Amino acid sequence: MKDSLGSVQSLLVLGGSSDIALATARKLAQDKTKRIILAARPSERLDAGADLLRGLGADVRTVPFDARDFESHEKTLAPLFEEGDIDVVLLAFGVLGEQEKDERDPLSAAEVVQTNFVGAVTSSLVVAEGLKKQGHGSLVVLSSVAAERGRKDNFIYGSSKAGLDTFAQGLGDSLQGTGVHVMVVRPGFVESKMTAGRPKAPMSTTPEAVAEGIIEGLRKDAELVWVPAQLRYVFSGLRHLPRPAFRKVVEKQR
Amino acid sequence: MATDLEVAALPQPRREQLTGSMEQGRTSRGRTTKLSGWGRTSPTVAEVLRPRSREEIAEAVAGAGPRGLVARGLGRSYGDPAQNGGGLVLELTGMNRILHVDLDRGLVVVEPGVSLQQLMRAMLPFGYFVPVTPGTRYVTVGGAIACDIHGKSHHADGSFAQHVESMDLLLADGTVRTLTPESEPELFWATAGGMGLTGIVLRATLRMMPVETSRIMVETKRVADLDQAMERMAETDADYRFSVASLDNLATGPALGRGWVESGNFATRDQLPAKFRAEPLAFSPKPLATVPDVFPNGLLNRRTIRLMNEANFRRAPKTSRPHLATIGGFFHPLDAIHDWNRVYGGAGFLQYQFVVPFDAAATLRRIVERVAVQGAPSFVTVLKRFGPASPGYLSFPTEGWTLTYDFPTGTPGLPGLLRWMDGQVLEAGGRLYLAKDSRMSATDLAAMYPRLEAFRKVRAEVDPHGVFVSDQSRRLSL
Repeated sequence: MKDSLGSVQSLLVLGGSSDIALATARKLAQDKTKRIILAARPSERLDAGADLLRGLGADVRTVPFDARDFESHEKTLAPLFEEGDIDVVLLAFGVLGEQEKDERDPLSAAEVVQTNFVGAVTSSLVVAEGLKKQGHGSLVVLSSVAAERGRKDNFIYGSSKAGLDTFAQGLGDSLQGTGVHVMVVRPGFVESKMTAGRPKAPMSTTPEAVAEGIIEGLRKDAELVWVPAQLRYVFSGLRHLPRPAFRKVVEKQR
Repeated sequence: MATDLEVAALPQPRREQLTGSMEQGRTSRGRTTKLSGWGRTSPTVAEVLRPRSREEIAEAVAGAGPRGLVARGLGRSYGDPAQNGGGLVLELTGMNRILHVDLDRGLVVVEPGVSLQQLMRAMLPFGYFVPVTPGTRYVTVGGAIACDIHGKSHHADGSFAQHVESMDLLLADGTVRTLTPESEPELFWATAGGMGLTGIVLRATLRMMPVETSRIMVETKRVADLDQAMERMAETDADYRFSVASLDNLATGPALGRGWVESGNFATRDQLPAKFRAEPLAFSPKPLATVPDVFPNGLLNRRTIRLMNEANFRRAPKTSRPHLATIGGFFHPLDAIHDWNRVYGGAGFLQYQFVVPFDAAATLRRIVERVAVQGAPSFVTVLKRFGPASPGYLSFPTEGWTLTYDFPTGTPGLPGLLRWMDGQVLEAGGRLYLAKDSRMSATDLAAMYPRLEAFRKVRAEVDPHGVFVSDQSRRLSL
């Protein structure tokens, strides 16, 4: 259970080798998080991340987890809740895809949607059930500003995040009264391994800043977190721009 | 003369006084409810049952699921000991009968949900007060035993469980054992202060305190700094049953630790002025006001608390002058204002209470100084001297200075400040109070309570499958 100051004791990360996931886990471990489970596809990155967290005094376990192997989610994730309460589940997996290639190759577009949306739906439902049984806990879902409005240069990724974003909002509403809290995080452009080599967007941010935003949001039980926070106001304007005007804004950015 | 009081004639506590922080109503059937402690932090959702008899309690214990169960009284613990996310919580305020009274020996036999307020109302007319009272009357006997509570009289009277003659404890396997400190010292002292984790107290026999009047003769004296406060208390403790210092926790420099010391004894009949002599044992406390749940976070902050501290300090007389106080006014001033915890806003607050041995006065001073310099505002800051340690394995009181702070959880820098304080307390051989705790670490707890292993051993014997659990027991791996 989170303590009275919002410090987290135990953490489960889905997509445990992502930059944002590791930055968040690192900050939590430096605070009071002593039990961490990293679920992800086995990789050297994952092992290195686990070692780093162990170095901070956390008891770390890795669990093989594949977002697109939907049928395995129940079997892999449900038993983790038997080992002890999980205060926070961070759903951090996701792929950016390659917009132009994916447009030409519908099956590769489907992979993006399957990972970011379908796999997130199945795994969220499994962990939500586990959290409900313990009567407390937070599910943190990494969405994106790309979920706010469709645009030509990332609409496959953007629509998958839009689906996830809407799903997570509704899931949070349906869990009212169960003690379980769902927090949607909408970072702007994050400079990370996922976006390496891509042109930076305005108001870009870092995995560390997103981690800070997540931890701050957890302390307050926030339902929606923007990183950087000002994006909330930027998008409350952009959201209402007529399409032709929005297209011009997007063009100008490039 | 042994008297069975008419149960129906006993005053029933008002319904609305029976709430800690509960979002939904109560029924006798289970109800999914969000529960938190008095600090209104870290809520979890559990099924709450309100049993009315031993049989209903036994049935609930037998039917507990994998998340177990814990008993809850009036929800006055600040943190999470009386909540159990995903499991069962037995709210025992319906078990509130006074079963038997022996006026010659000053003994009462009560059910666990009887509140101290109820006991005072029932027994003061016969010249008996509760053996130990904390800063609120709205705690149950069950909770008082589970937390082995203390009051302003610890240096004279010890803790609550030291006045328990015997108790019936329902164990996880459904058996009931009658415990006395002599017959089963291990289970008795694991249960006293054991935070409800050994079983459920079904009834307890308490030794009440004889009093001549319901008023306290109090001397209040302003003290210019921490040294004066400590000196005054050390000097006067032997002469006064009740003693406490309130500090202005934001005063720094030469005024560090300034405040006022209150020392008192129950008044004798002769000390009462004529107008009170007709009814020397009168007791009719009424809450003056209820606080609506509309306060924003941050209303109690450095500035507002500085003003209140200043006003309170100036109000205290420079030279000590004895005056008569009521039970409510002296012991339970905050009870006059209903739901006062709402003043902190929805983000809630926490209480930090520690004790350090008398020879660690330097640690006490360091902590007072750092809190003042950092400007962490505390609504109530109370210093007391504890007498010899209570025998409970997890009982909090040990001989020394005990200091309590109330901090709003949103106070900037609070997590770091408290962690530093944890370290200071630990190093000085002190400890934190489980009834107040909402954030300490499991490793610190183990280091602060050397008899934790002995407690665990007893608990493993009587509850091998861990039926009795709470959010706190999970958080601290008790």
